Amino acid sequence: MAAPLVLVLVVAVTVRAALFRSSLAEFISERVEVVSPLSSWKRVVEGLSLLDLGVSPYSGAVFHETPLIIYLFHFLIDYAELVFMITDALTAIALYFAIQDFNKVVFKKQKLLLELDQYAPDVAELIRTPMEMRYIPLKVALFYLLNPYTILSCVAKSTCAINNTLIAFFILTTIKGSAFLSAIFLALATYQSLYPLTLFVPGLLYLLQTRHINPNSAAAVHTCENEEQSLLDLFLGVCHDVCGKPSGNHLPLLLPSQLLGFHPRSLWLYINVFFYTIPLAIKLKEHPIFFMFIQIAVIAIFKSYPTVGDVALYMAFFPVWNHLYRFLRNIFVLTCIIIVCSLLFPVLWHLWIYAGSANSNFFYAITLTFNVGQILLISDYFYAFLRREYYLTHGLYLTAKDGTEAMLVLK
Amino acid sequence: MGLLSDPVRRRALARLVLRLNAPLCVLSYVAGIAWFLALVFPPLTQRTYMSENAMGSTMVEEQFAGGDRARAFARDFAAHRKKSGALPVAWLERTMRSVGLEVYTQSFSRKLPFPDETHERYMVSGTNVYGILRAPRAASTESLVLTVPCGSDSTNSQAVGLLLALAAHFRGQIYWAKDIVFLVTEHDLLGTEAWLEAYHDVNVTGMQSSPLQGRAGAIQAAVALELSSDVVTSLDVAVEGLNGQLPNLDLLNLFQTFCQKGGLLCTLQGKLQPEDWTSLDGPLQGLQTLLLMVLRQASGRPHGSHGLFLRYRVEALTLRGINSFRQYKYDLVAVGKALEGMFRKLNHLLERLHQSFFLYLLPGLSRFVSIGLYMPAVGFLLLVLGLKALELWMQLHEAGMGLEEPGGAPGPSVPLPPSQGVGLASLVAPLLISQAMGLALYVLPVLGQHVATQHFPVAEAEAVVLTLLAIYAAGLALPHNTHRVVSTQAPDRGWMALKLVALIYLALQLGCIALTNFSLGFLLATTMVPTAALAKPHGPRLECNGAILARCNLHLQVQAILLPQPPKYLGLQSFVLVARLECSGVISAHCKLRLLGSSASPASASGVAGITSMRHHTWLILYF
Repeated sequence: MAAPLVLVLVVAVTVRAALFRSSLAEFISERVEVVSPLSSWKRVVEGLSLLDLGVSPYSGAVFHETPLIIYLFHFLIDYAELVFMITDALTAIALYFAIQDFNKVVFKKQKLLLELDQYAPDVAELIRTPMEMRYIPLKVALFYLLNPYTILSCVAKSTCAINNTLIAFFILTTIKGSAFLSAIFLALATYQSLYPLTLFVPGLLYLLQTRHINPNSAAAVHTCENEEQSLLDLFLGVCHDVCGKPSGNHLPLLLPSQLLGFHPRSLWLYINVFFYTIPLAIKLKEHPIFFMFIQIAVIAIFKSYPTVGDVALYMAFFPVWNHLYRFLRNIFVLTCIIIVCSLLFPVLWHLWIYAGSANSNFFYAITLTFNVGQILLISDYFYAFLRREYYLTHGLYLTAKDGTEAMLVLK
Repeated sequence: MGLLSDPVRRRALARLVLRLNAPLCVLSYVAGIAWFLALVFPPLTQRTYMSENAMGSTMVEEQFAGGDRARAFARDFAAHRKKSGALPVAWLERTMRSVGLEVYTQSFSRKLPFPDETHERYMVSGTNVYGILRAPRAASTESLVLTVPCGSDSTNSQAVGLLLALAAHFRGQIYWAKDIVFLVTEHDLLGTEAWLEAYHDVNVTGMQSSPLQGRAGAIQAAVALELSSDVVTSLDVAVEGLNGQLPNLDLLNLFQTFCQKGGLLCTLQGKLQPEDWTSLDGPLQGLQTLLLMVLRQASGRPHGSHGLFLRYRVEALTLRGINSFRQYKYDLVAVGKALEGMFRKLNHLLERLHQSFFLYLLPGLSRFVSIGLYMPAVGFLLLVLGLKALELWMQLHEAGMGLEEPGGAPGPSVPLPPSQGVGLASLVAPLLISQAMGLALYVLPVLGQHVATQHFPVAEAEAVVLTLLAIYAAGLALPHNTHRVVSTQAPDRGWMALKLVALIYLALQLGCIALTNFSLGFLLATTMVPTAALAKPHGPRLECNGAILARCNLHLQVQAILLPQPPKYLGLQSFVLVARLECSGVISAHCKLRLLGSSASPASASGVAGITSMRHHTWLILYF
């Protein structure tokens, strides 16, 4: 199984290397869909040169990366292309192994439930077989590495790729059952942008359920929480040291990227990400990894300054939910919407900025449509998942009391 | 979403789409065409109105009276031009200086991709002369441009005369708040492009030109003037620019206001505007004008040198003096007064023209159709593709499962995942091949031109056409390949999936083109949609029809293509759309074929521009 993964990695790196060498790289790195003010490579370079000049990189309000990023690239600036290719590869490898383990867990759980006779009798066609699950990890790596969104994001050297890697490693370590490491990676990801904080809940649920943490002691939860809290503090402290001079108002210095979201108008959008965590946690408490997928998608949709790199991360999980395919209702329409929007972004941007003929409303209409498409897609997946679970326990061919075909109503 | 999540209504909808697909498609297509034709009728077409406050309410009084002076300048210019055989640069400099302008020249040269027919030359070089009238009351931050493009033939002398007379008149006024640039360019569009590139300090066409010594501010608006007689019967206005870009409608409104004020007869596409829109005759006449506009816009060529300004976000239009057999004629004073009025109103602008429409169609000079009203026409046409695609998707799915999977009958036949995998995997090859073909169509003719002329005894123009033909011929092999790929497994599903992808792809491309250049998108959609929707394999031999459909897409690769040297005048990177590819792929081939034809019968190349400038148009399109 390692050979196909290596092949995929080689292909992915070749494509990226070719694009880095082509004239397209500069063009892509300026695209508004691919980089945002928060993740733009140009701003990293700007911050680095400010630092070299002995000026605080944050003084001009241009640079919004974390001090750790600037510290990282301070050494690796000459190998930036390599770094971004490696982060993408690492993300894919992490997802590969994470999903491999997750599939084993899923299969074990299914076997257990079958033995316990928890499933309805006529659901044989819903039972997942090792054959169809065999290539899922590879497909996940493929979906991540060869997704045009990821490639664009990597070629643009968007720092969003680094956040994706951290989240992928968080998922890997969570599934492997290492509470400490997962807390570290979650803290790192949260430190870069506040949103991954919401992944704490599914991560904790998973660790509790797979008995890596003793569920009986509430103290364990606290430990976990405290651990992450202290790690986050630690990182904040580290940045403080790296950046040197603590200015009078040091909060913007430490959390620059998060504070950009606190614009009064975007405040509700900013909080929006967190609205869904608790309801999802209640509904999906048995399925923390699916919860994690939905939550990552919610982050990608509702975060301020979203880019296609965020979208690519949750799209990588689609093969994991292959078995939901038959329950998806609008996949065709929604796929079309997403493709249409992806193509219309540059067209309308061109009309707005360069031709000057169409105004900003055209472009914003398309971003809105894109987000609506994503929301519908995610709710489609969510609904499909719930339906499959329902059928598993209640039987596939339900009839109403009068003998006609039953209709499920989601309430 | 309620409709989509309720299974009962959903099933009804699905059945409707499946059963009534053919009638719905026909209906939608007819609706699209009918909608387009209905655009000229009053509820859809609206009266134009001035949106820009700065230009609307203020009154100006035109005082230009330099008709004799203009004629004298024109005579002198024509005489000097005849003597030197080119643009009389020294004379122009001298005259412009004598009327009190700051005068500069710019020399440029460009190697043409094809040899010039009349002079057998590759290298075209010329000189632009321009004079700046500095605004006495403001810093030089904004400017207006009056330009006269001079071709190699001796037309447009009167335009130069009028330009100089207007410059002399403007120089004596105190109210200017914007600099005014009086620009005389050589070699029609070539000179204009060279000047614009130098003005904005970019080089997109590989032009060699000397840097500009003097600049005015950011150009707010430009008017190009073409005038070849001392008297005119009417003024024709051209709005279509490069790649179908249009100027802000307010500029046209401004022109129309002053035509009305001066009692000048003005035409659009050479047509007078109908008086009466309520009866049938008015709209029918409007339809003619509209169709002419659509054809011109679809060509992607700039119809006048104003078309090149639009690309730099300078609102511009071209005015052409027409001298026909009509009894009543106007002299240069009337034209000059209209121009004076326009410039005085433009002088009032507080910000760049942005209030009115940028995307419109014109059935007449005082009537327009806005984007919200004309887009449904192309929307209906694309809906045909959408409906067909939906039908195919449902058919593909019915094989695997019922329309409504949950409690419905268990899917008896083909298990879904394998068939789905087969469908997608087998499509990759034909799709990649057709993409590659599209790219070849875009790149090879220009690249292969030099190679072909070195190794084979063919001319440059022929080499391009031959390369195009070769690619088309090579493309014919594609259906065979696809046939092999698709028919190995589940032939029926194979072509269905291929057609599905091709339909969506085509719809996307047409949509993108229609957004950037409505006319081109609409014309392509009217012809391609029925072909694409009807293509269906019947026998084993026709199985490759889906592939042919995929090949149809060759002409229309919607891809974001980067300019070799993106304009940096905004400090940003420019982005070129497919419309340009379209230009290069289909239209340039078309233009070149026409070009070949035109060398045999020069008489066919009628019109203002003439053969040489048409050649320029052609390569300008190619290189933009």
